[in-house]
Amino acid sequence: MNRTPVTGLAAAMALALGATALAAQAPAVATRPTLGPAPRLVMPAVQKARLPNGLAIEVVPMHEVPLVQASLLIAGGARLDGSHPGLATFTANMLDEGAGSRDAFALAAEVAYLGATLNTGASWDAVTVDVGAPRRTFAAAMALAADVVLRPRFTAADIARQRGLRLASILQQRDQPGSVAGLVFNAMVFPAGHPYHSPLNGDSASTAALDSAGVRDFWRRAADPRRATLVVTGDVTLAEVRALAQRLFGGWKAPAMPLPAPGTPAEVPRPATRIILVDKPGAAQSVIAIGGPGVSRRSPDYPAITLMNTILGGSFSSRLNDILREQKGYTYGAGSGYSWRPLPGPFNASAQVRSNATDSSLAIFFREFRRIRDSGVTATELDRGRAYLVLGSLGDFETTGQVAGSLASLTILGLPLTTIPSDLAAIQKVTAADVQRAARTYLDPAHFTVVIVGDIAKIRPGIEALGLGPVEVRDYNGREVGG
Amino acid sequence: MRDGRMEGRKGGRINQGVRRIVVLAVLLSALPGFRPSASAQALRVPTDTFTLSNGLKVAVHEDHSAPLVAVNLWYHVGSGREVAGRSGFAHLFEHMMFQGSKDVDKGGHFGVVQEAGGTLNGSTNTDRTNYYEMVPSNYLEQVLWLEADRMGYLLDAFSQEKLDNQRDVVKNERRQNYENAPYGLASIRLGEMLYPEGHPYHAPTIGYQADLTAASPEDVAGFFRQWYVPNNASLVIAGDVKPADVRRLVTRYFGDIPAGQPAPAVKPLPVTLSADRRDVMEDRVTLARVSLVWPTVERWNADEDALDIFGAILGQGRSSRLYQRLVYREQAAQAVNAGQGSRPQAGQFQVTVTAREGASLSQLEREVYEEIARLADEGPTAEEMARARNGNEARSVYQLQTLLGKADRINQYLTERGTPDLFNQELARYAAVTPADVQRVARAYIRGRPHIILSVVPNGHRELAAQAPEVHP
Repeated sequence: MNRTPVTGLAAAMALALGATALAAQAPAVATRPTLGPAPRLVMPAVQKARLPNGLAIEVVPMHEVPLVQASLLIAGGARLDGSHPGLATFTANMLDEGAGSRDAFALAAEVAYLGATLNTGASWDAVTVDVGAPRRTFAAAMALAADVVLRPRFTAADIARQRGLRLASILQQRDQPGSVAGLVFNAMVFPAGHPYHSPLNGDSASTAALDSAGVRDFWRRAADPRRATLVVTGDVTLAEVRALAQRLFGGWKAPAMPLPAPGTPAEVPRPATRIILVDKPGAAQSVIAIGGPGVSRRSPDYPAITLMNTILGGSFSSRLNDILREQKGYTYGAGSGYSWRPLPGPFNASAQVRSNATDSSLAIFFREFRRIRDSGVTATELDRGRAYLVLGSLGDFETTGQVAGSLASLTILGLPLTTIPSDLAAIQKVTAADVQRAARTYLDPAHFTVVIVGDIAKIRPGIEALGLGPVEVRDYNGREVGG
Repeated sequence: MRDGRMEGRKGGRINQGVRRIVVLAVLLSALPGFRPSASAQALRVPTDTFTLSNGLKVAVHEDHSAPLVAVNLWYHVGSGREVAGRSGFAHLFEHMMFQGSKDVDKGGHFGVVQEAGGTLNGSTNTDRTNYYEMVPSNYLEQVLWLEADRMGYLLDAFSQEKLDNQRDVVKNERRQNYENAPYGLASIRLGEMLYPEGHPYHAPTIGYQADLTAASPEDVAGFFRQWYVPNNASLVIAGDVKPADVRRLVTRYFGDIPAGQPAPAVKPLPVTLSADRRDVMEDRVTLARVSLVWPTVERWNADEDALDIFGAILGQGRSSRLYQRLVYREQAAQAVNAGQGSRPQAGQFQVTVTAREGASLSQLEREVYEEIARLADEGPTAEEMARARNGNEARSVYQLQTLLGKADRINQYLTERGTPDLFNQELARYAAVTPADVQRVARAYIRGRPHIILSVVPNGHRELAAQAPEVHP
């Protein structure tokens, strides 16, 4: 029940008098209050349908606010780039640069007029078209999405323009030390031929080679309704979505020659720990990225690994942030994480640290990797980490965008939404021994790649003195240079 | 833990929530021949307000759609109230608020909230400092206890060591977000150029390294006693709560914190420029960039919305005029943005264009003036007005999806206007702006008016800077 709003000075003063009387009786409170019972996570129910052409539909009605969020996912994505790194993301980005009866400008103007958002993109595993709109304009916004998926223009002029923008943004990545560290890290950890070796958006050479024919061919083969799922959350019903999808996507036909399913790359080698330096003369900080190949999201050890990482570097109170920031003051923030994908993504621990604390920070990272393997975690850390993950899930299913996002990422993994409560139940049962076993199995500091972007002249001697492994210098693209 | 520019996420998960809001649909789109439009919704966020005897203002918004509660506490002090030689102190002080208080250990704030799976953070801008938590609703009392303990008894747990540690952390924040970030120092330079020394908005909220070094324990104690008093704060609680319970708990935990000296009232301090001011910075960047900044109007000024719409039409999004011309047609720019920024004491209108390699900043600057003149002279189209209005309304609804977003907005209204629910009035005011209003403000504040021109060029390439045109269109 909502109360009548109380506003205005007179009302506030009247209430203040009441508060005075209460304040006089209130004791000073010095001890932490006791907790009431914790609320439980109630998972949203997913309603499903499928069109005759194979398009799967998943709907979560949420009627609290008059908004609707939709994600059309097409399995595939940048893992299918093959010898053209960046092709999937570029093609996806081209989808809304003119489609159906509208050129790029008319399409953008119509989206804005509808008070909607329309975003197209690709991850390693899927191409996505995301639509957010007020309920009243949702059908009109979805009609634009259908144009984008089924009738993209891909004109040579539009492609030339967007290719130019992307080439410039690839150049601009050099200005961002964090981006450089990430690119070099992936290029070093994953060998040539592995999809994660190249940047998701490709490099200058692969981008320069993009053309209209390549983009058209990729999309003709990738846009397959049998691989597609339409996820819709918000102020709608399944019947509404099914009727709308049938009208807009019912005529979508499977390609004559679909792209092959992505293959499974060979096992990623794990060389002995080595240090790669990328020079940024005069840099005020060093960007540190440490890690190696991680684990598939489908791993049965997911709950133990997640809890282990929460304690190591996955939250503000984690060991890495607490030591490097709150005790030492070397950084504004430190952390670690696994990239959870169908294929094992990287494990990466990182921080941007004051230049003259580069070696000290590096030593602490490695000490903490070893400590969680050798000595495990405390009962308090275990309890706090569990509660952080389990109670935190209460806030993960609130907005239409969050629910659509959770559903979409699980769909890409081929997992049902019930995976989330079952993982949380498993996390409740993870023991300290499980956490230590996860650290010993999946955190291997003897075989890590360390990338540091910073002022080499200042930081190199201290790093070498640590004796963590061989030190070499590479350029912004991860290519070898002298020194 | 953030200064005004940074929207950092160090505080843990950022949660968002779908929330009930009262939506009164006006069925404009049901009229025959009308294109579907996002417009015509009315928003209301019912709120109870009360004030404790020590002056703490409190607002409560009930929303039982999920078992969560957001707590949002504003202290009405930002970097604008810092004294000379202590720039960055309001933000450094905010960091100290996470270092424990009389009955809460160092790290205790994060410990309690994170074991609740909650989120917490604080942020400082020129005008206020806010602290917020979102937790399962059974944790409300714990969070109120945490906030009250540091409002009442922060200094009991203060130490030089904690100050030194957080000083280091903030210096790293400055390095990460300004010194080691492309174009990072330009935003600081723009404030210095537009606002004279001594103006509350002259110095950056993140501060200067030397001033951070100079901050002393005496500064911490003095700042706390002067500004962190209940009669200089406002508290909003939104979520799965009952107002009567909230009042009882707030009174219990905050009621016996003594009031301090009343803070002086904040008044608008608009600035004017008598002539253009031009400057060049070199930075480790690949692409040159030019920013143009005009002094305009403060928050709640009657011209604020018309300037906002002018900015949206000129340079926000792919359907804007500058994007169409500079990025799409001429392909001379990599990115463009324009918009009105309104703060309580002054406002500014900014256009930023990042040039493609080989494109001339001087030429881009001239074309910006051409587009400004064209929009001021010919006025916006009805379609452009509708796009701006519909976008604003959709953004307003999206903001109300989250408890934290709602609570912060309620606190802004409470702080700036003394009343918590101005959601609908703001929408109505925006919708009432006419094309003639947009033309009028463009002429009054932007077109041909003195402004700042700051070029950022790759190191060693000052020749790429935008040069003053012979004749100002």
